[in-house]
Amino acid sequence: MSTATPTKAPVYDNREAFADELCALAREDERIVVVCNDSVGSSKLGGFREEFGPRLVNVGIAEQNMVGVGAGLANGGLVPFVSSAAPFLTGRSLEQVKADIAYSQYPVILCGQSTGMAYGELGPTHHSVEDLSWLRALPGLDIVVPADRAETRQAVRLAAARPGPTYIRVGRFKVPDVTPEGHVLERGRWSILREGADVALVATGTMVHGALVAAETLAASGIEATVVNAAYIAPLDLDLLDELAGRVEAIVSVEEATLSGGLGAAVASRIAQRPTTRPAVRLLGVHDEFAPTGSNEFLLDYFGLTPEKIVEASTEALRHA
Amino acid sequence: MLSVDEAQVARWRGLRDEISRAAAAEKVSLLAAEATRHRADNLRTIDAAQQGHIGGDMSITDVLTTLYYAVLDIDPGDPDADGRDRLVLSKGHCAAALYTVLSSCGYFSPSELPTFMAPLSPLNGHPNRLKVPGVEANTGPLGHGLPIATGIAKAAKLRGASNRVFVLLGDGELQEGSNWEAFMAASHFKLDNLVAVVDRNRLQQGARTEDTNSLDPLPERLSAFGWEVREIDGHDFTQLLAAFTPSTSGRPVAVVAHTIKGKGISFMEDDVAWHHKVPSPEQVEAALKELV
Ligand SMILES: Cc1ncc(C[n+]2csc(CCOP(=O)(O)OP(=O)(O)O)c2C)c(N)n1
Repeated sequence: MSTATPTKAPVYDNREAFADELCALAREDERIVVVCNDSVGSSKLGGFREEFGPRLVNVGIAEQNMVGVGAGLANGGLVPFVSSAAPFLTGRSLEQVKADIAYSQYPVILCGQSTGMAYGELGPTHHSVEDLSWLRALPGLDIVVPADRAETRQAVRLAAARPGPTYIRVGRFKVPDVTPEGHVLERGRWSILREGADVALVATGTMVHGALVAAETLAASGIEATVVNAAYIAPLDLDLLDELAGRVEAIVSVEEATLSGGLGAAVASRIAQRPTTRPAVRLLGVHDEFAPTGSNEFLLDYFGLTPEKIVEASTEALRHA
Repeated sequence: MLSVDEAQVARWRGLRDEISRAAAAEKVSLLAAEATRHRADNLRTIDAAQQGHIGGDMSITDVLTTLYYAVLDIDPGDPDADGRDRLVLSKGHCAAALYTVLSSCGYFSPSELPTFMAPLSPLNGHPNRLKVPGVEANTGPLGHGLPIATGIAKAAKLRGASNRVFVLLGDGELQEGSNWEAFMAASHFKLDNLVAVVDRNRLQQGARTEDTNSLDPLPERLSAFGWEVREIDGHDFTQLLAAFTPSTSGRPVAVVAHTIKGKGISFMEDDVAWHHKVPSPEQVEAALKELV
């Protein structure tokens, strides 16, 4: 399983940044504990286990129990990071996430690993493309999707400092750094990585780098794109979204997630409240179909999530703007 | 959807008849030879895909071979026949083991095996009933097979049908609570047509099951949930054949099959590293020497 990055820039595994920062935090704060489901390897938690022994609670292959135990650990005064492959953490335990975590407002950090279609060939049961739709429906649950390692580290800190719960969405494939030196991740804030007057590409997580690549191609044909790193899916950065809507001709959202309820749906429903029909909006993501068999790379192309497809969608949107 | 391979079905019918007529010792050697063939084909499939779950595949090969060649009342030429027995592979990550055996029975052509996990292949990393004949349920997330099998067995009871339902579970998988809800329901419903086979290889993904979230004493736990328990060596065909005889207790049957993860490939046996490691070309060659 590999995915090609159309760049020579060095790439990094956000799961490693996540695990490193978690260890750093655990050194400073004794209340930090981790709960997992036979996923020490896939969550890169081997180092944590070595250093902190009993502060890693492995409940085995039991995700509903895992999330409930996380709620209980929070009740008991600890700060639990509950980490597992994202489809099982979110879908399998959705009611526990709703009732035990969000409704109860326990300060639990849910860490969904290997999100999107990272487990390409393992199929839809192992893809986590519905998580944004499912979790966005839950009041009081922050959803943060870091785009690179600096943001991943900051997301860990922000979530741990929050009195309520947070879902952190961590990809499996290495990605280049996309945020500038000194970038500060703020709760509920998006950031602009590139300015352009024609179209805004609002991308999240694994898709941010592709949006930057697409913006370069667009620039070569005279179209200027603003690239937005939409790190928070909840709360949304409505100020920035409204501001963008007032000044660009088109907005294109890009997410490795289903279109029914994720980032794109959130963007579109906000834009629909505007009194004018502008800007034009296009949503890129996984359309209403369970993925066929294939690698991550194959599936991103299949669902139109490559830089080339972002360019196509942008030019098409501008034609109709 | 793949389609039936008639020549392969004919081969399966011939071998199946031979096994059913053979004397006990002969039965065992026919099944053993067939299982070894399946192990080699499985290994080649994983080698072609460069992905898969070889350890858990090897531990269930003897169980699957016994079921498909000596126990299940099925017709691979007519995969959806109404009165067929069912096998649900709950440990869906071991799809390659199921595909290997299904193709050997003629549900589809063995020539499809090298497409395992290739783009657009029906042979996904986890079984899909809409794409592969003989697959009864879409599995992959652990802890789904037993509830589904309970429903199938209940349907047979409601319809007065006499078919049997088998479900093959991992032991680590039993940590999922959904299984225990189904264990309760199936015994409450007196589903004596249901057989749950637990592949007790004592390893899961990251460590030993007993070091992760222990299951022992498993037989006692299962009988406390109202099941008739049969404990066997899951690589001994005589014991496997005996374990799959119909229930006489009026209760569902749990077969605790003691197995070895990686069985048949000496350097993989009982080593957690082989949960989903892919063998190198040299290792494939060494393994094939042991298997053919
Ligand atoms: C709900 C769920 N959680 C986690 C996983 C990831 N996973 C795949 S296989 C496996 C270990 C399974 O162990 P076991 O059931 O003992 O099977 P075996 O060792 O026989 O392969 C895990 C944790 C999964 N597929 N489904």
